[in-house]
Amino acid sequence: MNAPLGEKPSVQTTCPYCGVGCGVLATPDGKGGAEIAGDTSHPANFGRLCSKGSALGETLGLETRLLHPMMRNTRGTYTRASWDDALDGIADGWQKIIDAHGPEATAFYLSGQLLTEDYYVANKLMKGFLGTANVDTNSRLCMASSVAGHRRAFGADTVPGNYEDLDQADLIVLTGSNAAWCHPVLFQRMVKNRQERGAKIVVIDPRQTASADEADLFLPIAPGMDSVLFSALLVAIADRGFIDEAYIGAHTKGFPEALASARQLAPDLTSAARKCGVSQEALTEFITLWLSTPNTVTAWSQGVNQSAQGTDKVEAMINCHLATGRIGKPGSGPLSLTGQPNAMGGREVGGLANMLAAHMNFQAADIDRVRRFWNATSMANQEGLKAVPMFDAIARGDIHALWVMATNPAASLPRADFVRQALRGLDFFVVSEVVRSNDTLNCGAHILLPAAAWGEKDGTVTNSERRISRQRPFLTMPEEVRPDWWIVCEVAKRLGFEKAFSFTSAAEIFAEHAALSGFENNGSRDFDLSGYSASESQYERMQPFQWPLRQGEEPQTRLFSEGGFFTPDRRAQFHQLEEPALKDAPDDIYPLLLNTGRIRDQWHTMTRTGLSQRLSHHLPEPFATLHPDDAAQHQISDGGFIRLTSRYGTAILRARVSEGQRRGEVFAPIHWTAETSSHGRIGALVQPATDCYSGQPELKATAINITPVHFAYEGFVLSRETMALDPDSWFSRVTIDGAQGALLATDLNVEKIHAQIQGMLDDCTLAEFHDESCGEHRLAFFKDERIEACLFLAPAGRELSWNGLKAYFASDKLSGLERLAVLSGQSAAGLTDSGPVICACFGVSLNTIQEFIEKDQVTSAEEIGAHLKAGTNCGSCLPELRRMVKASH
Amino acid sequence: MAATRLVEELVRHTPDSFDICMIGDEASLPYNRVLLSSLLAGDLDENELELKKPEWWGQHHIQTLTGQKVCGIDRSSKTLTLTSGSTLTFDLLVIATGSRPIMLPLPGADLDGVITFRDLADIEKMQSAIAAKASAVVIGGGLLGLEAAYGLAKADIPTNVIHLMDRLMERQLDGEAATMLRDDIAARGISFHLSAQTKMIHGKDSVEAVELADGTLIKADLVVMAVGIRPHIELAQAAGLTTARGILVDDHMTTSDPSIFALGECAEHRGIAYGLVEPAYEQARVLATHLANEVATYAGSITATNLKVHGIKLFSAGDFLGSKDTQNIVLRDRGLKTYRKLILEKREEKTYLIGCVLYGDTADGLWYADLIRQQTPVDDMRALLVFGRELALREAA
Repeated sequence: MNAPLGEKPSVQTTCPYCGVGCGVLATPDGKGGAEIAGDTSHPANFGRLCSKGSALGETLGLETRLLHPMMRNTRGTYTRASWDDALDGIADGWQKIIDAHGPEATAFYLSGQLLTEDYYVANKLMKGFLGTANVDTNSRLCMASSVAGHRRAFGADTVPGNYEDLDQADLIVLTGSNAAWCHPVLFQRMVKNRQERGAKIVVIDPRQTASADEADLFLPIAPGMDSVLFSALLVAIADRGFIDEAYIGAHTKGFPEALASARQLAPDLTSAARKCGVSQEALTEFITLWLSTPNTVTAWSQGVNQSAQGTDKVEAMINCHLATGRIGKPGSGPLSLTGQPNAMGGREVGGLANMLAAHMNFQAADIDRVRRFWNATSMANQEGLKAVPMFDAIARGDIHALWVMATNPAASLPRADFVRQALRGLDFFVVSEVVRSNDTLNCGAHILLPAAAWGEKDGTVTNSERRISRQRPFLTMPEEVRPDWWIVCEVAKRLGFEKAFSFTSAAEIFAEHAALSGFENNGSRDFDLSGYSASESQYERMQPFQWPLRQGEEPQTRLFSEGGFFTPDRRAQFHQLEEPALKDAPDDIYPLLLNTGRIRDQWHTMTRTGLSQRLSHHLPEPFATLHPDDAAQHQISDGGFIRLTSRYGTAILRARVSEGQRRGEVFAPIHWTAETSSHGRIGALVQPATDCYSGQPELKATAINITPVHFAYEGFVLSRETMALDPDSWFSRVTIDGAQGALLATDLNVEKIHAQIQGMLDDCTLAEFHDESCGEHRLAFFKDERIEACLFLAPAGRELSWNGLKAYFASDKLSGLERLAVLSGQSAAGLTDSGPVICACFGVSLNTIQEFIEKDQVTSAEEIGAHLKAGTNCGSCLPELRRMVKASH
Repeated sequence: MAATRLVEELVRHTPDSFDICMIGDEASLPYNRVLLSSLLAGDLDENELELKKPEWWGQHHIQTLTGQKVCGIDRSSKTLTLTSGSTLTFDLLVIATGSRPIMLPLPGADLDGVITFRDLADIEKMQSAIAAKASAVVIGGGLLGLEAAYGLAKADIPTNVIHLMDRLMERQLDGEAATMLRDDIAARGISFHLSAQTKMIHGKDSVEAVELADGTLIKADLVVMAVGIRPHIELAQAAGLTTARGILVDDHMTTSDPSIFALGECAEHRGIAYGLVEPAYEQARVLATHLANEVATYAGSITATNLKVHGIKLFSAGDFLGSKDTQNIVLRDRGLKTYRKLILEKREEKTYLIGCVLYGDTADGLWYADLIRQQTPVDDMRALLVFGRELALREAA
């Protein structure tokens, strides 16, 4: 655990998970942990937290942390290094690559987990001083299509509304968003609105998600067809007289062309419904509801964004809101639900290859403005490589040096196996990380830098409603751990840019960021923090606020209700849409479609949520959900195993059969990596096609085939230390209290698995259970009175649970009784420890007799016999009974 | 002991219905033979062996003839003849003559210092050997032999056990439990010669050494033969009762003569002559009830084994080895030195427990013995059966 900062009252900070950006109150417990509660004063959540946020206190341990810099040696292993050596090494390595191949041969791959200040300095270094815009981020996988949609329609990446709209709307349309699981706190606001104000909720999703279960209307749309659906809506808006002529006339352009294109996509309701794979009745109901409800919020998330036509989908929805003037008004507007805690902050600093800084772009005037502001020595003059092409360039050898911060591209990018291969070929590979092992750094990173984690780092994040909140530290940083901004600045200084990177605090960086946003702005750019007074103390006290915060003005909570877009003519742009088509359509060889997404209790690659026992409980293993008919057709049984194969990779997952899944589609969660599973890297399968505007890959539609996989045995291993497991067996690692769990499926028999793990447990004594004819085998390993590990194995298909075993690992000292019960898999709670049998004839045990002797002041063995029968048959226990009586006196 | 238990049961069931005379050839009143090992081990005194206080017999009007041996039964006249020459008549006769230790016909078996382990007289001889700091050989690694060896070794005299089989207590234990037992007993200072055949006993007047078939010579001043028992049936045979290994009895313990009964180690019921106290007590209960004209039948016993060596807990019951048609469940903890094996049999789609061996932790022994005896199907609790009654029943509940 972290060392405590000392007795402290609660610290106001922000949750590190999704884009809702909930306020969190962390109260350090003085032992390196903290009590976690929702911050009732935070306007995102008013005290409410979801399962992930509530469990943050369980994720503060240092067990998996990278705690000092490491450098790869010639043997390929890592040696601990000083910060000076590590930073010098990076500066040297980077400079050598630039000298040899130019700045375009280097790249940063950043993350929506970074704080704005970290992001700012990384972006500044690359784009202003190293002369390349090869700075991209995992937000490319998350939000890029929303960014592109906003920019194309509004002239800037502006979210027009805010969360209050979800309380005030009379209709909330969720498109491609399982908010119930992925933005639970916002979803609860929607549900409350529905319950208290009678708002309707419509869910548009190929899957019948938990959100759909709460909806008034669910449209199980065919993948990729959202723009058809909203084209049908736009046509209806026009044909039934719901157009806001005044708004269109005053504040927009391109409506006729957009309507014409909508009519092409959705010429009539029948064909639109058919294309969307929904009933005409349902489509009609949706359209009627939308038309008749002025206060409508259309919210969307990754189901829209993670598409090769994601930008079109965003435009399709924005078109409808522009056409009806339903934008920037209370309870009305398009609302992008951001995936990551600081994807918005990253967008604000320009930490994307196609943005410059502070919502400025690669236009001459912007480039010049930023150059002047930064006193930049080497400005990037054009867009850099976005994530997918960036890793293509790495694979081709065009990019030689890469610095990854706070993200795991070897797991999350499309064709993740290809990405792993590409990373292994880098000449110079730096990773800033919180954990000491993950799929990315295990691809042979040359230098590993221990970055500060949530609870230690200090800075700001921006949530989905443009609200900037502080992430404040409440734990002392481990001795050699450093904030990301500090690391970047130290490297920048070593590269010769002392002056531009002489920041000594996050507050100073934020002040410069705010200043840049206001620099020559004068209302011309949406992102403006010029109203922020740049003092350390204001930063320290900062309460959540929304941008734009223009000098001398109040923060603007909504935009565009009266126009005022950020296009050159201040008009919003309607867009024409392409006929939607999946880039990797199913065919004979790959007849099904793989959809990917999140589950309720895990976050990204589980490096944090995976540490929580509570969160590991809900869905503990990588799985694939498929329709019963598809399961039957491919001989896959519910609870069995399924191999998914695409053109790019393969995975083996637990099969879950569900009516809520569309026929022909398979859903699999994104969270499992090589760290946590043997065959669960779903990113490996995903195809790499990207949206032509946003560069966002189509993560939710990859053609695959499926086959059943059979293992002879299933079971689990629980151990105090993580154990290496057979690479040919299937496993999924799960955290439980005081132990590491691994669910196991294997063709190896118990002897072979025993042989594999015995080496790690050599100093332990063994307990065994074998029911050979049932094929059930269990082993437990003890050191003194403590259980170190256990293995339970049974023929595949039989249910085994480790719930009863958790208590044994929570204890350091097991009684004989508990120890004998371990292999039962059941809790020993409530069992009576009667001790060894003394009277064998009547089965009377030591403790029973002892208790009787003490309670009734017994003076002879005969008395015992009279009451307990002990000793009254063969009498062979009489000597022992007499001894006990004697000893009690 | 069987006879005493019978008398006890009769006194309880039908007091004063019978005039009872009890005849025994040992000098003392009936005593608890089972405790001879404990006596030898010094865990108790000789007077603690008595089954009933001397006055008890008188109080219940039971005549006791000790040191008297019956040498003939005349069934037609219902008369017994004692070696003293006197005769007694009876209406009903119960034979409870027990068994005799087997003496191996080895050269030297008649030497002074070669004894068995059956009665108080044997204990006396062992105690003198202990007093003389002799060294001892026990032939036979069964229950009795091990208890004798334990008692001797506990008195600090060098003790060797010679056993014909490759494992100890093979009639009660499987190989694994036998190995655990050997380790535990060896730790108490006893040496073992397994798979060892005794060739002869050397000595002039008294024992000096034991020679094994492989030529090994083991020094010994005392040889205890504990190689088994044989039902004592000569008297019954002479009287013309039907006998096989023991005196044949039906489910009411009645011999081929309806007025003569037999019980205990001398009786053979459904082909089994038991050598343990528990069946004898069960038989006594049945016979007493039967004699009281109530319905009671004896259907045989599932015998369970306990070894009286301090600190060693073992238990076996039923078919503890199993066969290719049975199923085993094994639970062992090498650290705790515990071992459990259950033998299950499937019949008509149901599973039954038919035997068990427990070592180290015998708390559930009687429960298993009950399950074996009652043949209750165990399918519902199979998964937890080996973990004992509490867990198995908690799950079923």
